[in-house]
Amino acid sequence: MNYAFATLFYFAAIVLVAGVAARLWRWGQVPAPLKIPTTPAPTTSGGVALRLARELVFFESLFRANLWLWACGWIFHVGLALVGLRHLRYFTDPVWGLVAWMQPLGILGGLLMVAGLAGLWLRRWAVQRIRYISTPSDHLMLALLLLIAASGLAMKFVFHTDVLAVKRFFIGLMHFQVLPLPADGPLVVHLSLVAALMLIFPFSKLMHAPGLFFSPTRNQPDDPRERRHQAAWAARLDVTKG
Amino acid sequence: MADPTAVPTPPAPAPKPAAAKPVAPALREFGEIPALQPGSMAGSKPYVANEKIQEAIGFPGALVEDWHDRAIGKMGELLGKYRSLQVFMDACVHCGACTDKCHYFLGSGDPKNMPVARQELMRSVYRRHFTLAGKLFPKLVGAQDLTRELLDDWFNYYHQCSECRRCSVFCPYGIDTAEITMAGREILDSIGYGQKYGNEIIGKVHRIGNNLGLPGPALEDTLLGLEEDVKEDTGADVKYPLDVQGAEVLLVTPSADFFAEPHVESLIGYGKVFHAAGISWTLSSKASEAGNFGMFIGNYEQLRKIALRIREAALELGVKRIVVGECGHAWRVAYSFWNTLVGIGAGGKDPFAIELQRQLDPRYKQPMHICELTWDLIQQGRLKFDKEKNDHRIITFHDSCNVARASRMGDAPGGQFEIPRAIIRAVANHYVEMAPGTTHEKTFCCGGGGGLLTDELMDLRIKGALPRMEALRQVVDQQGVNFMATICAICKAQFSKVLPYYGHKMQLVGGVHQLVSTAIRLD
Ligand code: SF4
Ligand code: SF4
Repeated sequence: MNYAFATLFYFAAIVLVAGVAARLWRWGQVPAPLKIPTTPAPTTSGGVALRLARELVFFESLFRANLWLWACGWIFHVGLALVGLRHLRYFTDPVWGLVAWMQPLGILGGLLMVAGLAGLWLRRWAVQRIRYISTPSDHLMLALLLLIAASGLAMKFVFHTDVLAVKRFFIGLMHFQVLPLPADGPLVVHLSLVAALMLIFPFSKLMHAPGLFFSPTRNQPDDPRERRHQAAWAARLDVTKG
Repeated sequence: MADPTAVPTPPAPAPKPAAAKPVAPALREFGEIPALQPGSMAGSKPYVANEKIQEAIGFPGALVEDWHDRAIGKMGELLGKYRSLQVFMDACVHCGACTDKCHYFLGSGDPKNMPVARQELMRSVYRRHFTLAGKLFPKLVGAQDLTRELLDDWFNYYHQCSECRRCSVFCPYGIDTAEITMAGREILDSIGYGQKYGNEIIGKVHRIGNNLGLPGPALEDTLLGLEEDVKEDTGADVKYPLDVQGAEVLLVTPSADFFAEPHVESLIGYGKVFHAAGISWTLSSKASEAGNFGMFIGNYEQLRKIALRIREAALELGVKRIVVGECGHAWRVAYSFWNTLVGIGAGGKDPFAIELQRQLDPRYKQPMHICELTWDLIQQGRLKFDKEKNDHRIITFHDSCNVARASRMGDAPGGQFEIPRAIIRAVANHYVEMAPGTTHEKTFCCGGGGGLLTDELMDLRIKGALPRMEALRQVVDQQGVNFMATICAICKAQFSKVLPYYGHKMQLVGGVHQLVSTAIRLD
């Protein structure tokens, strides 16, 4: 089993990194031939950085759109960020000061994740409009995340796992050594689902995270009169007068 | 006066079943979102362009035999040319934030008019052909083949989007359904399944110089007539010049301004502003149209070709400034795209752009909106007004989508909201705002933008106007508003048509420069 998980995680990590890189490469390759920021938009790149930061941290547009949705989504993502930070302790030795200090917050994060996800899923069922646009994969994705969070919390509160062994296993992987992993049910479930998440990430809507930064309606400064903006394929049309 | 929407229509292709006269939906309680009514707008579609119209602008005359493969091929091409399309196809999380933001959905309840569902019509095909998940597990991720039925849905529902970008304001990733609608129409055109109204107009712009097919001599007559009217009204010799070599300003305005009500009142106003400020100006018979329907069909080549007329006219006439009249999408194209397309603006490096930059006066923004020009003059104290002449009006302002969400005026973000309002306040005493969720960048489309201003879509247009009509009703009932000013030719034409369905007089709508025209002192 140790080897199975080691292989799985190496594979998942490669797919995740390569898949995301390929998608970002593709997005970077495709030009944005016209200036299409949704106005009122900042006129400078500094302003654009601020706009993107507000979107990233506060989900500004979503806040304007729908408070319930914003609350569920934001709570979930904040929870996810806390949980992510907490999990750094499995990959760092010695554990960074901040990570050690925020460990209890990580637990709170797990609970926030569950609450946010439950809210999002409820919305998918309860609101007719959202039910209409939901695909099976939308539901499965929520189920997957919910199970990951639940199995993680279960290890904390119900069936304790030897987390030091887990840590040794992952640190080992980072040094290309396969060390034993505790054979606990919840842990196996938890890790398998995380690997599954890593595997589907680059091929799914989970790519929305980097998508924000490539979205021309959000990442362009509003300065078309002052600066000419032209894609290479469009500039080729310039050689003729008409 | 003639109906601005009247593109002469040949007899309808097939005898239509006696359609019931469209009626306006009931106004809702504020903020109420309609229950889904699947299929309620499935029958709403514009006339298909015939062979002559299509071929005149380089598209196949009728649906080609291998349409499926060519559509997929075109989609692949566009995915490689437009980052917006590529990212928007990938990034949507089906969160639903946009689902209640589209005026066509709010007015019709048809779920396919929810922006994300409109996108899904294309995204499902994208997934099927361009993603691993869609190739392997189509059902799971909502991928589907492009069937004839789905293609018809594209035609119908990509012509139930006014490309107003309201949905994009609220989407957490800024996904702009307008970009997808444009791509959809571009694909449809490329396989010979075009829309009659828009494509016929594009043909006319190339053939005659403007959307309404008004030839040069007729234009000249109209302008002379205007001069006489204004002389009679005011006693002043206000000129409406055409093709004047060496004028300071080239004014490019929507052709509806030349003869449709209430549009022409604004044209009269522009002339008075130039007259009062002593600025020499001219219209051009070659560029007698600010509108650019190339944008509506998402076709870059058409967009560019139509914009080129402006550059050519400016170079030929030797003008120092290019100013754009009251037209929403034209201002988007002028402000956001002209520099990119043909180098009207700063920074172009091709020979014609360089020549133009040498000719144009760098002290002014190029191109400039007529409201920017008027507001600058007001601030310099070069225009005087008798504000009380507008006292019979209680005025509100309708932000037009393309101005509000796709362009700017002045130096700071949001100038497109402030400047027209500042002008109104400078020329009139009674000004009222509509409800905040319905103005500025959250403004609701008039319901007729994006190439939908055609009679066969009347039912859609009435339904799409619903959210604006609700906000208007509020200020009419509570504050006695009797004039809704706007700076878009399509808004003016659409509201003139639709207002009566909601129990208002069509004269309720008019231009900002119509108000300027009423109050300006000419001596
Ligand atoms: S762009 Fe406007 S018309 Fe089109 S889907 Fe979005 S809100 Fe509706
Ligand atoms: S708001 Fe954006 S991400 Fe959410 S469903 Fe609409 S298009 Fe998709």
